[in-house]
Amino acid sequence: MHISVNVDGVTYADEVEPRLLLVHYLRERLSKTGTVVGCDTGNCGACTVHLDGHSVKSCQMFAVQANGHEVTTIEGLARDGRLHPVQEAFRSNHALQCGFCTPGMIMQAIDLLADESDPDDETVRKGLEGNLCRCTGYQNIVRAVQDAAQRMKPGAGPKIEQHSDENIAAKQPVGGE
Amino acid sequence: MTATAEPEVGKARLRKEDARLITGQTKWTDNIQLTGMLHMAVLRSPVAHARIRDIDCSRATTMPGVAVVLTGEDFAAEQGSLPCAWPITEDMKAPPAPALAVDQVNFAGEAVALVIADSAYRAADALAAIDVDYDELPVVLDLEEALRDNDLVHPDLGTNKSATWIYDSAEAGSGTNVEDEIASAEVVIERTFRQQRLIPAFMEPRSVVVDPSADMFTIWSATQIPHILRWMLAAVTGIAEHKIRVIAPDVGGGFGGKLQVTPEELLCLLVARRMGRPVKWTETRTESMLSAHHGRDQIQKVTLSARRDGTVTGLKVELLADMGAYLRLVTPGIPILGAFMFNAIYKFAAYRFVCTNVFTNKVPTDAYRGAGRPEATFAIERMMDELAVELGMDPMKIREMNWIKHEEFPFNTVAGLTYDSGNYEAATARAMELFDYESMREEQQRRRSSGDPVQLGIGISTYTEMCGLAPSRVLGALRYAAGGWETASIRMLPTGKVEVITGTSPHGQGHETVWSQIVADRLGVPFEDVEVLHGDTASSHKGMDSYGSRSLAVGGTALVHAADKVLAKARTLAAHMMECDEADVEFASGSFSVRGTSTVRTLGDVVLAAHVAHDLPEGMEPGMDADATFDPDNFSFPHGTHLCAAEVDTQTGMVKIRLYVAVDDVGTVVNPLIVDGQVHGGLAQGIAQALFEEAVHDEMGTLTTATLADYLVPSAADLPGFITARTSTPATSNPLGAKGVGEAGTIASTPAVVNAVLDAVRHMGVRDIEMPCSPERVWNALQGRAADASAPAAGGLGSIDAQGGQS
Amino acid sequence: MIPAEFKYLFPSSVDEAVRMLAEEGEDAKIIAGGQSLVPVLRMRLAAPTALIDIGGLTELTGVRDDGDSLLIGAMTTHYEVQRDHLIQDHALLLRLVTDTVADPQVRHRGTFGGSLCHADPAGDLLAPALALDAVMIIAGPGGRREVPAAEFFVDYFETALRPDEILIDVRVPKYTGWGAHYEKLNRVAQAWSIVAVAAAVQVSGGKIAAARVGLTNVGSGPVRAADVESALIGQPASAEAISAAALKASSGDGYKDNLARVLTDRALMAAVAG
Repeated sequence: MHISVNVDGVTYADEVEPRLLLVHYLRERLSKTGTVVGCDTGNCGACTVHLDGHSVKSCQMFAVQANGHEVTTIEGLARDGRLHPVQEAFRSNHALQCGFCTPGMIMQAIDLLADESDPDDETVRKGLEGNLCRCTGYQNIVRAVQDAAQRMKPGAGPKIEQHSDENIAAKQPVGGE
Repeated sequence: MTATAEPEVGKARLRKEDARLITGQTKWTDNIQLTGMLHMAVLRSPVAHARIRDIDCSRATTMPGVAVVLTGEDFAAEQGSLPCAWPITEDMKAPPAPALAVDQVNFAGEAVALVIADSAYRAADALAAIDVDYDELPVVLDLEEALRDNDLVHPDLGTNKSATWIYDSAEAGSGTNVEDEIASAEVVIERTFRQQRLIPAFMEPRSVVVDPSADMFTIWSATQIPHILRWMLAAVTGIAEHKIRVIAPDVGGGFGGKLQVTPEELLCLLVARRMGRPVKWTETRTESMLSAHHGRDQIQKVTLSARRDGTVTGLKVELLADMGAYLRLVTPGIPILGAFMFNAIYKFAAYRFVCTNVFTNKVPTDAYRGAGRPEATFAIERMMDELAVELGMDPMKIREMNWIKHEEFPFNTVAGLTYDSGNYEAATARAMELFDYESMREEQQRRRSSGDPVQLGIGISTYTEMCGLAPSRVLGALRYAAGGWETASIRMLPTGKVEVITGTSPHGQGHETVWSQIVADRLGVPFEDVEVLHGDTASSHKGMDSYGSRSLAVGGTALVHAADKVLAKARTLAAHMMECDEADVEFASGSFSVRGTSTVRTLGDVVLAAHVAHDLPEGMEPGMDADATFDPDNFSFPHGTHLCAAEVDTQTGMVKIRLYVAVDDVGTVVNPLIVDGQVHGGLAQGIAQALFEEAVHDEMGTLTTATLADYLVPSAADLPGFITARTSTPATSNPLGAKGVGEAGTIASTPAVVNAVLDAVRHMGVRDIEMPCSPERVWNALQGRAADASAPAAGGLGSIDAQGGQS
Repeated sequence: MIPAEFKYLFPSSVDEAVRMLAEEGEDAKIIAGGQSLVPVLRMRLAAPTALIDIGGLTELTGVRDDGDSLLIGAMTTHYEVQRDHLIQDHALLLRLVTDTVADPQVRHRGTFGGSLCHADPAGDLLAPALALDAVMIIAGPGGRREVPAAEFFVDYFETALRPDEILIDVRVPKYTGWGAHYEKLNRVAQAWSIVAVAAAVQVSGGKIAAARVGLTNVGSGPVRAADVESALIGQPASAEAISAAALKASSGDGYKDNLARVLTDRALMAAVAG
């Protein structure tokens, strides 16, 4: 089937098998290997990307379902050579060890912060319940997300760091696909 | 070159590794794409024990994109047997371990056929078209039943017993006779604990790519052990070792689970050789659960003798350890690593340890975070609580009166080890303070007297462990096939930058950062000027890789020695350059100076001089590189005190950790950020054993927890925040004073949590609850119903098995 | 894991979708949010020949006010249900239950109707749909028909939906002003509940005027705790009365029976308080 998908700001037109999972499309066809596959059942969240501004598990949908939509991956976050505040916070808070869960964890954290601008510990933990990490015990991940929330607050830091998902979050939620 | 004023050791440096990991630029094995690459898919046995009557590949072979379909018969002549490097006794029974089953399968998940195709999708399609005819055999699953030898996993061996390994303090001369102590004891406590089977569940599924081109086999693998893998693959296949290059690129976690020479690594190599084309295999999560080695799975019968005043006297441990169907790389030795740790920090007069290794029709077991030591720590820490209950004493008091006092180090233990340093009093005092032990006990009392449906329990774990694996002579004495040294090289580049090559193989630990800190300190160069190379046998020709909390204590020490060699040579050259006596040369902050003068040469000046070699002292070789290999004299012994407060909802059986305090003494800390991170992650895995995780097989031997929907790895929402702190008594066995931190959290936390759960409900008549302490098990215990050892802890419904409707 | 091959169809209307179902035969399947179906396909536990994707049918999305009841489009995502004001005001229980469905990513794509049709007895939305007397509005070759929740859930993963039919809307009576709570016990956040209880209570003048209680994962489908409901009517909204009524949630002595009673008690207490 023919699809046209915007991934990290670039529109790709491709012919794909209907059964091609979105994550495999990203990894194998577009070489966007920053997004990884950790399980078969949608539990680990390592493959989390944004579809039209909302987090989804890219191993739980087909590439054909992304036709006409915008996908943002971990590779599309940094702007003008500057890291996204959540990426920055993950590094400063040692919120990763092996780093395999990190792309998905960061994408989900950004989604969470779009809904909750100043989340408490429990809100962060609940918001990340669809992402498994085997290394960190989550403690520093929770800390990083809360730190990122502070970095992303209006007026915090230089203008470039104030980027959040506002522009994306304002869009319509992914309607029932 | 600028001087580094502030010491690097002890600094919370942000990690060098992170830049690529937070931007998706990481090099995972599965990212690799090579021209002409084929994809391998593995058909696995759905049955646990069967003769293979026939494998019909005819349909699969003709499917689009399929290059070839291969079975065990195709490899029978060349695949040999997967290596077991730890024959623990001379008469240990070890069955042949083919990578691809030839005529019999011995566990559900064992590889029976391969499809090699031009894409992973087409390989998966062809896999579904292979028909295997199995002639099922009786399944051996239960350890105690296996011992009776009614049905045999490997009939050729004549028994399910692989080996029996004994340590006896009377025989070893490290203590008295345990039977005498038990016979004359005022108090004897006997308990049996079950260490459930666990799955390492590293986040990155295993992946292998083999490129046979250019007269060399280049193997990328998501492994913890590139060096050992190269050695073993050469030994098994007969391919010359120098024609094999193994690369462990970024590796997404291991926890012992990637300390293995896997069937798939060998098969990828054999297929690439046969096809003359690159081959990739990446496992699915389900394959990982079904075929990557599991951990734990022991039955521990423990007898402890003591005096009425609480003084412990004897400890007898009788273990049954489940090997699974085969002996993998270090399978038989895992329980033996625990043999030296049951006595823990306590002064037992007598100790006897007997371990029987048993075959079953299950996935082979092998290293999983802690490997032998969590099991030992669990048993002894549970026993200390049992003794306290028996004698009506405070569980911390009873530990305190039995532990080794700080002034008694070095201390020769009843298990034959020498603990070099430690201060259990200090760690405990700090933990008690952070935990507010007394007020927690008061609240516990209040809840008990008011009959609160939510009861509070306090669990203690005053653990030690042995790591820094390991002195080679000790490993030799234990019949382990390899040494325990580690190696490091430093290459001083002409511009003053530094390349470090390490034999350790990090997969999340942050060696690039920590090794840079060590070298920066030692050589007085900026942290940023150090590059750490690892995980490629072409750049690092030898090494013993990463496991057993060994990398810093052993590999870091090798690095210190290499740096010292660089400095020694540089000092000689500096003296030559400054025309002074070497004895007058001082080195500080990256510069050599002549004592009492202003003459200075930076290390960079000296390195350049060595590199151009225009004017070197008589006999000095050009260049400024150094190699060092360090073989430790002793293990290192981290210790600490962990306290857990758990709330048990007596109406539902649900356990909630209210407070967890971990005070660890891991010796000198190079990077506190990384040490804290290691502790957090370790705690999560240890707590998961106590409360959540269990690999469950049904009566046919099928693993029913083969997805992450069924095997309950906790998420952020399931774990508490931890309070961590440290005390420090440096190790004396290495110049860094480091003890190791990779496994401490896992080793310590499991008994702390279970002790807390039991402490909460013991007054309601509960004596024991099997792990994981699921709500159902806790509730059943509260009803006075016996826990059913074989019944899975309910809740992880595998509803994925059912057919979906509109969804 | 990789699904087997299938044909993929995007209908542009409900009628076209129904036609496609008929044309493709029994081995065709509707895909809604796909959050349960895709893993099943990946594990090759099902191998439909065709998937008919109703994700593009915007008429199936959203919540409408229909007088005494709400009409919830089958393709309304969990995320949308969580944030919908009509649901918040008139069917609070559904929002509270939906908050606990799977995880945020799944809630972005998973749909209200898809969950009901999947009919996993451990699925969270079945019990409240049953308890709240939801009615399934179904499109098929013969036109529309309505099936009450009590008849819709037939068995494990089995509904009254025929192979050639599509769930398009769910009618839920308004429970304006009712207190509600979902009490769920699961071993880890991602696990299915061992047992969960969905409760909605209408309190008037300190007395319980009406109650709705549904149990998750105690049988082959959702279970309505009718005895509990009737025992509550006219009772004071007190802990004693609620505890007494909750005992009727189950009569057995097994663990799940115990949970049914305990969680019913807790759900009702919270619903009354809320």
